Amino acid sequence: MTSPHLQAPRPARPGKRAARPPKGPAGPAEAHAGEPGGTAVVQAGPGAADPQSHPRRSLGDTLFKVAAGGFAAVVLLIAVGMAWVMTQAARPSIRAFGLGFLVSSAWDPVRNAYGALPYIFGTVTSSLLALAIAVPLALGIASFLSELARGPLARVLGFLVELLAAIPSVVYGLWGVFLMAPWLRNGPQAWLSRHLGFLPFFRGTPFGVGMMGAALILAVMILPTISAVCLEVFRAVPRAQREAALALGATRWESTRMAVFSYARSGIVGAVILGLGRALGETMAVTMLIGNRPQISASLFAPAHTMASVLANEFAEASGDLYLSALIEIGLVLFGITILLNILARWLVWRTVGRFGSTPAA
Amino acid sequence: MNSSLQSAAAGDSSSAPDSRFLRRKAVNAAMTAFSLACVLLALVPLISILAFIVSQGARAINLDFFIRLPKPVGEAGGGMANAILGTLELVGLACVLGLPVGILGGAFLSEYGNSPLAPAARFTADVLSGVPSIVVGVFVFALVVRPMHGFSAFAGGVALAILMVPTVMRTTEELMRLVPGSLREAALALGVSHWRTVLLVVLQNARGGIVMGVMLAIARIAGETAPLLFTALGNRFWSFELNQPIAALPMQIFTYAISPFDDWHRQAWAGALVLVVLVLAVNLVARVAVRQRVGGTP
Repeated sequence: MTSPHLQAPRPARPGKRAARPPKGPAGPAEAHAGEPGGTAVVQAGPGAADPQSHPRRSLGDTLFKVAAGGFAAVVLLIAVGMAWVMTQAARPSIRAFGLGFLVSSAWDPVRNAYGALPYIFGTVTSSLLALAIAVPLALGIASFLSELARGPLARVLGFLVELLAAIPSVVYGLWGVFLMAPWLRNGPQAWLSRHLGFLPFFRGTPFGVGMMGAALILAVMILPTISAVCLEVFRAVPRAQREAALALGATRWESTRMAVFSYARSGIVGAVILGLGRALGETMAVTMLIGNRPQISASLFAPAHTMASVLANEFAEASGDLYLSALIEIGLVLFGITILLNILARWLVWRTVGRFGSTPAA
Repeated sequence: MNSSLQSAAAGDSSSAPDSRFLRRKAVNAAMTAFSLACVLLALVPLISILAFIVSQGARAINLDFFIRLPKPVGEAGGGMANAILGTLELVGLACVLGLPVGILGGAFLSEYGNSPLAPAARFTADVLSGVPSIVVGVFVFALVVRPMHGFSAFAGGVALAILMVPTVMRTTEELMRLVPGSLREAALALGVSHWRTVLLVVLQNARGGIVMGVMLAIARIAGETAPLLFTALGNRFWSFELNQPIAALPMQIFTYAISPFDDWHRQAWAGALVLVVLVLAVNLVARVAVRQRVGGTP
């Protein structure tokens, strides 16, 4: 029995895929033409023509290749430069505090004592809370858009979700401060405080602005990232996987769970890590909503601080070399964490989608 | 899960098949409803943000906003003309610095994929696009602001360019890859040199999509605040010098939003409205145009 789906692939895909090199073992050798044979022709072109009769041509080719390669190498230069320059600039602080910088809670510009623990705590807690909210939603969105919705409806809804990623961070912050925080304070937080106030998580006065507000706005902001990558990963799952499950009598949800989710598992993990990376570094909206107080509190109502928000708040006014270099070291820690997470995430997504699958950068 | 599937496949009818079947149908319906609810829930903040910005911004915006400088604290009125111009200057500077790198680098990734540099650069570009923008600000501070002994428009432009390069490079590569190999071969067969083929045939064919990709990248950096906070710093007056601090719309919105003055809050709303309209218009145009051209998913 052949399902109609098997013969009719999604109309949107082939146009995009067909021009790409075949997935899988496509090595660099055949990377730049539609057909593996194309490379040979392209490469042989300049060489096959008599080099003596057209000396300028090969010179132009060489110059262009070197120039373009130089520009491509700029990204490598930027990456290495960031690590090097920031390490150099953070050296006074690294020398003064060593590894204790990461576990100390002191932050006193007057006494020149600095430790990043409250900021690391704030960053990690707000990001993990945001993930806890955003991941189920993103999975729901991605499975709706890839498994259930069809045609223009799917495209319009997908576009609207992606628009969330286009809204500038500072606009999220503005909306968060003037609309979400008051709503949070008078609605959910007041309720939680009344009924679950005995739990340490809901102790204290709800301000609206605080850890919970920051986590909520982060969840909204990373939602499009996670759902876009999940969607791409789901679409890379071979149709035959779903057909097989459906043919065995699985319902739509069972086929999604068994065929799609399990096939796409490493890609989903990659999407989540990518979202985590975004959440860790998100600055403006968090700065406006987290309350900016460097403390470690179990209460979700309490104000906190993150690595990104302390940079946004204090960097421009920091006076004194050690103060500045302590802030730069926080930036360096953030850089290191996000680079590692991104390498891991890209690798996981690549494993599912294939080397040349595009990952939306936004 | 496997046992239920097997029994379902075998047409199992021994132990209450109806209830099991109904339960599976119910779970299926519940999960369908859940995923639809997720989509709708995601639209709530989007609609709320747009509605709030439009309603608040429309009340606050006027001609003065576009043509006047900010007034000192306590005086009503004034505008963000310098910040609007500053954003344009910073974005222009970022384009001058970043676009050649991004586009030619992307051409290299697409056309010289067999060079050992290509996979490394591609991977690094992907990883760099995940580096937080505030970290780029810290980097540019140490790289440019400190040696130059002052905050400057140039430093802001460098920061935005660094944010822009990875995206533009990968987009250019993707779009040049879509150009059929036969076009390259046709040009080469006619005796056109390789580099002219790349620039005049391949890049030319991918031009429309690349322009849209660049527009999206511009829309993204135009809304960036964090990397400018300690590079361009902000300025309450006109500024045309590359080595002087300069204002930018997102930064001005931030400053006004966290201030305690109602009049400044209104200005922040107006600024947010301008920024959002700009960013959404570019996104809408770019995505529709790209879809028509490429015929694929965005």
